[in-house]
Amino acid sequence: MSWAPQYWRELPYRYRLIGSKCMDCGRKYYPPRKVCKCGSENLKLEPIARKGKVYSYTVIYYPSKEFQGQEPIMVAIVETEDGARFLTQLTDCTPDQLKIGMPVEAVFRRYRTQGDKGLVMYGIKFRPVLGRD
Amino acid sequence: MRKVAVIGVGCIKVGEHWKKSLRDLCFEAFKNALNDAGIESQMIDGLYIGNMSSGYYQRQEHLGSLVADSLGLIGVPAVKIESACSSAGFTFKEAVQAVASGMHEIVAAIGVEKMTEVKTPDATSALVMAADHDYEAEFGVTFVGLNALIKRRYMHDYNVKDEDIAYFSVHCHKYGANNPHAQYPFPIKLETVMKSPIVADPIRLFECAGIGDGAAVAILCPLEKARELIDEDRIVEVAGVGAATDTIRLADHDSLTSFKATILATKRAVSSAKITLKDIDLVEVHDAFSITGIISLEDMGFYKPGQAAKAAVEGELEKDGKLPTNMSGGLKSRGHPVGATGIYQIIEVVQQLRGEFGKNQVEDAQIGAAQNIGGVGGSVTVTILRRFR
Amino acid sequence: MPSGIIGYGAYIPMYRIRASEIAKMWGKSPEAVPIKEKAVAGPDEDVATIAVEASLNALARAGIDPSEIGAVHVGTESKPYAVKSTGITVAEAIGASRMITCADYELACKAGTEALQTCLSHVESGFAKYGLAIGVDTAQGRPGDELEYTAASGGAAFIVGLDNLLAVCEGRCSWSSDTPDFWRREGQKYPVHAGRFTGAPAYFKHIINAAKALMEKLNFKPEDFTYAVFHQPNTKFPIKVAQILGFNMKQIEPGLLSPIIGNCYAGSSLLGLAAVLDVAKPDDRILVVSYGSGSGSDAFSFKVTELIEEKRDKAPLVKHYIERKVYIDYATYAKFRGKINLG
Repeated sequence: MSWAPQYWRELPYRYRLIGSKCMDCGRKYYPPRKVCKCGSENLKLEPIARKGKVYSYTVIYYPSKEFQGQEPIMVAIVETEDGARFLTQLTDCTPDQLKIGMPVEAVFRRYRTQGDKGLVMYGIKFRPVLGRD
Repeated sequence: MRKVAVIGVGCIKVGEHWKKSLRDLCFEAFKNALNDAGIESQMIDGLYIGNMSSGYYQRQEHLGSLVADSLGLIGVPAVKIESACSSAGFTFKEAVQAVASGMHEIVAAIGVEKMTEVKTPDATSALVMAADHDYEAEFGVTFVGLNALIKRRYMHDYNVKDEDIAYFSVHCHKYGANNPHAQYPFPIKLETVMKSPIVADPIRLFECAGIGDGAAVAILCPLEKARELIDEDRIVEVAGVGAATDTIRLADHDSLTSFKATILATKRAVSSAKITLKDIDLVEVHDAFSITGIISLEDMGFYKPGQAAKAAVEGELEKDGKLPTNMSGGLKSRGHPVGATGIYQIIEVVQQLRGEFGKNQVEDAQIGAAQNIGGVGGSVTVTILRRFR
Repeated sequence: MPSGIIGYGAYIPMYRIRASEIAKMWGKSPEAVPIKEKAVAGPDEDVATIAVEASLNALARAGIDPSEIGAVHVGTESKPYAVKSTGITVAEAIGASRMITCADYELACKAGTEALQTCLSHVESGFAKYGLAIGVDTAQGRPGDELEYTAASGGAAFIVGLDNLLAVCEGRCSWSSDTPDFWRREGQKYPVHAGRFTGAPAYFKHIINAAKALMEKLNFKPEDFTYAVFHQPNTKFPIKVAQILGFNMKQIEPGLLSPIIGNCYAGSSLLGLAAVLDVAKPDDRILVVSYGSGSGSDAFSFKVTELIEEKRDKAPLVKHYIERKVYIDYATYAKFRGKINLG
């Protein structure tokens, strides 16, 4: 899929979970966009909250060619504390632990490598919140 | 704007056509449509080709020229229209606009897809191009996965049982068994669906439309001209077409369990046809997955959110039920050669309105609707057809 | 102005494999294992991802704007790329500015403390306001080899500067000699080690010399230290070298993690230091002596300040990562670590 320029262009957003905030209606988006659903073009780049809840999830057993070998892949739509909602992967848990509403936090992980010779592609995934008692 | 009619339809059986190339599929379907209309190919003055992934499967673009050439219509203006799984629906809409506007006289709308050129993981990669590449495909989701996210949330929000959603496949196969151009023309049991392997949890294999090759053609002309060319009993009028888009990313939709594009496209189609929803006698909905067929019935307005699965189980969608649905077998049983599906649906509605649908004929069908979805609701067309006499 | 640590952070993956499971695989006695269990990087983890989480934890404790970091150095022997800096990826992921230096370091298991030496020099010279040094590895053991029991994944990050220090660097030194006890040639997947030669002439000689040189320079004796952290390739070596140098178990225990997480190579002694900082009190003095094959040792003396109390709880402690564990079997371990040839 992505060759170097297409991947590189998205680095700040993929690596640091930077999205957009609409300065008129307050809505947050990830990834960033130039026009809000409210019609405003007054959007600023802003980091997305790093904690949230699982809004929906699935477990993929037949991935696309680029992700073969990684199954079962846990994909979720997460809603973060600041109201952004976006697709991501879940990690550091097993399929039977997945629940709608489970609290999760952002972590920097490797999404895939382009074979032995191509790029190593990183991004943000979400894991169950680390216990700190 | 002139009124537009469908004067000929033709298609090939959906399946694995190892010996036939993309050109061959188009040629055969086109010939069937010409014979059905009883006209000469030289009368065609415009070609619209619907296809999603010829670039990926066949490493071939420029289908306009390729198809015009293959059909012996060199010189005729032709163009490929792509809108993921709703390519054919949009292609038909463009063809209708061409005739309604007066810019063309007789056009052919051709939907074609040849998916069997590649192994399944490649087909999965091709299909996920209907989604956002950088923030959905590159995050490992597949097209089945996106629909699974919808099904999971739907079950949560409406407390609908997995089995009741899966039943939609059983319903479709019951009728697909009688469809001569269906890919899987046989009934299946609910137990079989529930035992089939999970592809992307909670969607099972037999809730998913399969991979196949297909080509479907509709020939259109102004309604007045149709009366000169074919028997008036066989004329089907394009009563209204509605189309809409929504955000490409699933998570950007207002809701995970409802496709706003279907709601808008239906309103636009119904309004342009000057009818009400109640006037629709039968419908072909886009059941790429059982859940998708179910929410389509709800988004079109036939059922309240969370209610359509139960309606299927309770027999409301049967041939003699309240709303005969997917008498063709739907995408699940008839098949889903992606860029051609929308026109297969239209052909099936046309045949119903002509009284030519055999065992699955809905009695006294006057008005039918076909709904075609691209991606997970990123684009939708709804086509309403009406029997002329 | 003395330099020192303003923030520190650790990361250990959640998967564990018991040494007895590895012994069983290769037909060896489950009693004759050098540690109890080790940490294994998950299928979506590598040195960059571990370094980023450890660095974000260090940033949380440092309380600084990442754009003020002038150097990011990752020390490791399991780089994701042979040629493309890991440090630059970490810098991008934490929001550093463009005015940074970020080459990676290699000196086997002391690559992390090498990065620390350099970062301290950067801030002491005024070249950078803050420096971020990370020691991290997802070390690979050849299947069936002794090192497979201990080669583990983990890392720790240290942000250094000149003010708001939670631990002052009282002094440091480096002691090196060309000693071929363990190495890996270019293009080879697994390292080679020289058996018992890795002991006295390698590990012990360099640690003892570096420790003695530093203590002499600073005029300290073992009793002057509250804690001592040594490189920990297994359970026996750090305990023995502590004994030789005159340190007791009470001094080394809080920083001795290898029995339960294995040898994190370039992350090893730095993780030990992080674990000590998690429990240390103001005015405690910590000796850290790393060892990297090839060979060399870095020695540091740190004195903890009162700021440790308010900074410590701003990020997970080492024990939080140690307590988060899931056991895997050899087959899963082999799949995670890429030991199965996928053709």
